[in-house]
Amino acid sequence: MNEASSQDLDALVREAQQAIRSVENLDALDEVRVQFLGKKGLITQQLKRIGALDAVERPKFGNAVNQAKRTLEANIERRREQLQAQLVAKKLVDDVIDVTLPGRGIEIGGLHPVTRTMQTMEDIFVRMGFEIADGPEMEDDFHNFEALNIPVGHPARAMHDTFYIDEQTLLRTHTSPVQIRYMQEHHPPLRIIAPGRVYRCDSDVTHTPMFHQIEGLAVDETISFADLKGVLIHFLREFFESELQVRFRPSYFPFTEPSAEVDIGCVLCDGVGCRVCKQSGWLEVLGCGMVHPQVFAHVQLDSERYTGFAFGLGVERLAMLRYGVDDLRLFFENDLNFLRQFR
Amino acid sequence: MIISETWLRDWIDIRVDVQGLADRLTMSGLEVDSLKRAGPELRNVVVGRVTAARAHPKKRRLTVCDVDVGARSPLHVVCGAPNATVGARVATALPNATLPSGHVMQPASIHGIDSQAMLCSGMELGLEDSSEGLYLLGEDAPVGQRVDDYLELADWVIDIDLTPNRGDCLSILGIARELAVLTGSTLKQTDVPGCAAETERVIDIAVSAPEACPRYLGRIVEGIDDQASTPVWMRERLRRCGIRPIVPVVDVTNYVMLELGQPMHAFDLDRLTGGIRVRTADPGEVIGLLDGSELRPDRQTLLIADHQRAVAVAGVMGGTDSGIDANTRNIVLEAAHFTPSVVAGRARSFGLNSESAYRFERGVDPELPLPAIHYASALLKNIVGGKPGPVVDKTAKRCLPKWPAVRIRHARLEQVLGMHMKVDQVDAMLRRSARGVTRKEKYWEVEPPSYRFDMQHECDLIEELIRIHGYHRVPVSFPKSIGTVGKLSESQLPITRIRTLLTDRDYQEVITYSFVDNAVNGLFDDNQDVISIANPIADNMSVMRTNMWSGLVQAAITNLNRQQRRIRLFEVGRTFHANDGARREILRLGGVVCGNLAPEQWGQASQEADFYDVKADVEAILALTGCSDRFTFKQFNKKGLQPGQSAQISHQTRVVGCIGRIHPQVQRELDLESSLFLFQLDLGMLLYRQIPQFMKPSRFPAIQRDLSIVVDTKISSRMVLDVVIEAGGKRIVNLNLFDVYRGEGIDPGRKSLAFGLTLQDSSRTLTDEEVDSTISEIIAALNRRFGAELRT
Repeated sequence: MNEASSQDLDALVREAQQAIRSVENLDALDEVRVQFLGKKGLITQQLKRIGALDAVERPKFGNAVNQAKRTLEANIERRREQLQAQLVAKKLVDDVIDVTLPGRGIEIGGLHPVTRTMQTMEDIFVRMGFEIADGPEMEDDFHNFEALNIPVGHPARAMHDTFYIDEQTLLRTHTSPVQIRYMQEHHPPLRIIAPGRVYRCDSDVTHTPMFHQIEGLAVDETISFADLKGVLIHFLREFFESELQVRFRPSYFPFTEPSAEVDIGCVLCDGVGCRVCKQSGWLEVLGCGMVHPQVFAHVQLDSERYTGFAFGLGVERLAMLRYGVDDLRLFFENDLNFLRQFR
Repeated sequence: MIISETWLRDWIDIRVDVQGLADRLTMSGLEVDSLKRAGPELRNVVVGRVTAARAHPKKRRLTVCDVDVGARSPLHVVCGAPNATVGARVATALPNATLPSGHVMQPASIHGIDSQAMLCSGMELGLEDSSEGLYLLGEDAPVGQRVDDYLELADWVIDIDLTPNRGDCLSILGIARELAVLTGSTLKQTDVPGCAAETERVIDIAVSAPEACPRYLGRIVEGIDDQASTPVWMRERLRRCGIRPIVPVVDVTNYVMLELGQPMHAFDLDRLTGGIRVRTADPGEVIGLLDGSELRPDRQTLLIADHQRAVAVAGVMGGTDSGIDANTRNIVLEAAHFTPSVVAGRARSFGLNSESAYRFERGVDPELPLPAIHYASALLKNIVGGKPGPVVDKTAKRCLPKWPAVRIRHARLEQVLGMHMKVDQVDAMLRRSARGVTRKEKYWEVEPPSYRFDMQHECDLIEELIRIHGYHRVPVSFPKSIGTVGKLSESQLPITRIRTLLTDRDYQEVITYSFVDNAVNGLFDDNQDVISIANPIADNMSVMRTNMWSGLVQAAITNLNRQQRRIRLFEVGRTFHANDGARREILRLGGVVCGNLAPEQWGQASQEADFYDVKADVEAILALTGCSDRFTFKQFNKKGLQPGQSAQISHQTRVVGCIGRIHPQVQRELDLESSLFLFQLDLGMLLYRQIPQFMKPSRFPAIQRDLSIVVDTKISSRMVLDVVIEAGGKRIVNLNLFDVYRGEGIDPGRKSLAFGLTLQDSSRTLTDEEVDSTISEIIAALNRRFGAELRT
């Protein structure tokens, strides 16, 4: 082999290796690659000299050039990996952000606490097989009073401060008329709840002229007072998520008999006695009873064959107890500072 | 109903303390609202007797009294009261006595005279709201005894919240009777003292409305002592039960009402002309009442009259010119039975508050007038003397309430309650509460007592039994049948879904009153179909809303006034409409948006929400129905909205809502600094959703082309897109408007619309030629219809 040729090649390789070591970025590395190994690169050029060599020397020289090419390719690849690793490392350093900055975009809104409470209540009753029913908010005297066994002049009317539209039309004072409407259109067995707005002409610290109730009604051949107790105790314990004390006290509603008011052990003081429960340890939360046969008569249901129970729940009252709200009027002021607490 | 514990214990022996008593009452349906001590603890306040009284040497209005308090020598007390007279027994505060006001009595020199104690007024003792002079104790008051012992102030006052069905419990007797039934004990007494006639003089009574007044008893008492005063014990009992003592005759009638439950009235005999007429009101009749009001009763009102004029509204209130006063010497006592429905609601409709009406409308024992009138005469005789005449009794037996026997079946009882009850137990409880009980094989025949107006049906007796037995004894079970099987179709779109969507898009739900200010409602509707409330609670809550915005805008204003800048509210509720006499309620969703699209935050320029931002929220709701393509937005004019920035939303041909910017004029009227965007949707149309129908996705490549055209600004984008879809046919699988431009490079009055088209065939790969020809057809169609040109 020609001494000069191999010396030239060695020098070229060293020169190339020097260049590879000294490049500092991928573009420059590529330039070096082209300079030495490209089609017209300095190493590639060496092959052109092969024709000038002896037949004996030719394969040797060819091998040497190819060997040099492979060496340089490996060197370039290694350098490329180094540079890429450096690049990633630099990117990691450069791209450090403050991950504690808040995310961008919109926030989430929220439901009104009354809606939220109503949904919780509905869900519990739906799980117990109750369907949701509905009725008008502008009612007639028959459905709101008469059919519920509250004739004109009945003292119970004095407890309902009624808004009137005209002599026969009023804003419903309770959700109970839905009972009547539902029984007029459906046959037992029935199991419904009727949530909605009700209205009473009363406004002070503990009354708003509009509020929400959920009415419940179950009618079938074997419905008993014991069943009423079972359903309501279950509801209250589910709602407050606690094994509450629950007591049923005799009361009076014209459309149920026997009638009861239901008290729960005060959820604020655990029954010890506080301002909210007036030191009694008990909180009145709902009224209920067995459907009065007179009510069945008004909707042409046979009270000998069927019995039923009905109950009425005040949604605001339960929401106040559940969330610790101490002023009923806040529900209708619609102050965002209040509402946003229920997101 | 407020009662005194000691008074109650006059009637019944029960070995439980007052708290136990209250608990028993509460748990049987007579809810005890509060328990309070009857009066303050008066330490070092004793009964003193004034043994001498002389004028103060320096101050004429003061008296210097010698007061015997049972000590070796009398105390000297300087006193300013006019009734500090010799012989008077008075509450005497000794040194260091603390009075309810907190004042501590200390001996003092008053204008040069030493005063060793203090003589007290009712106010100073905490027994009266105002006093004129000293609180005089009875002649029987033992000198030196503690005043709180003498007055039994350690008594408890029990306030019971009675339900309207228990008129029979509106008395001491009634509560005692109830406790006897509940506990199985017996009353200490069943009769009250009577009083025989001493003269022959009778009052002439005629009842012309026996259905309304089946029983009317009257009795003359002549020659009463107008100087006598009501004894302390009676005044104290009245006070404890919440009734202000007035004059002895009135106090006695009130006392009898409290004790027995029979409302009574007394007329001044000398101010009556002729006899008593019980009749309905004549047209135009006017009566001045004891509370100072003047009443024009309607024709149905039952009156008590003499031969000339009305003297009382029956069972409600007495008249002023026949009433008792300090000079009355001869009286007529009235004890009557008025039919509940005749009195019901009367007092309320007249705006009167009457203890009498309160009892009559709930039902008073028809057998009570006779014992009551006797008892009252007996009490009067002791207090004011006088000679009673015979009792005149006008009773129309046929009109008296009658309670037929009620049957209660054992099986029914157990069915309704869902529990077993022993026959003997039921039998015993029935006998405690009923007048008569006949036991048959499977049922009982029960004869209700005359005072129970609430024992007419089997269910009344079932309640009575379980009330006595105790609600806590009813077991707990669940309904046996499955009841109804809930039905819910996938095609029902629950309102909760819409609510969730809005809250997730940063809206806050509010609930506003359904009644609104007529003027505010009228900002957005012509108020043609508005419904007014006959008796609104306030002027600004006098009509039922016909749109959702009157309340929402108010809520927005409330929050703007509380420094909120970005407001996004929605409400679900009904609007109310009158249509030709019929009334309609529409379930709606309303929304209001004000301020920036997103909360102020770093790294993002703040941008005010505009029409399109709010429209996107509305479109998202419409998309929940699964068929948003069936909804269209059309520019329209609506009251309260800015004409160029409001759209009507329709579902095919039906209008379902609208969206728009508040009219600048309305914004000014409402004094709003920033503009509002409003929307309203009828939910009735939105609560059904399309169930998806599978279509096989094409496996062949889709081809994208962008197209930019120039049209007149009047041409709406919707019109352009409709033509594109029509001309492009079903190969267009996506169409996206990505730019709208007006300005430099485009003729004034024209705009450029740029959109991306995606074309695809379900069965093969489209060729370039096919795509080109489709695009050409689209361009040609746009040109034909709108004179559209390609933007160059």
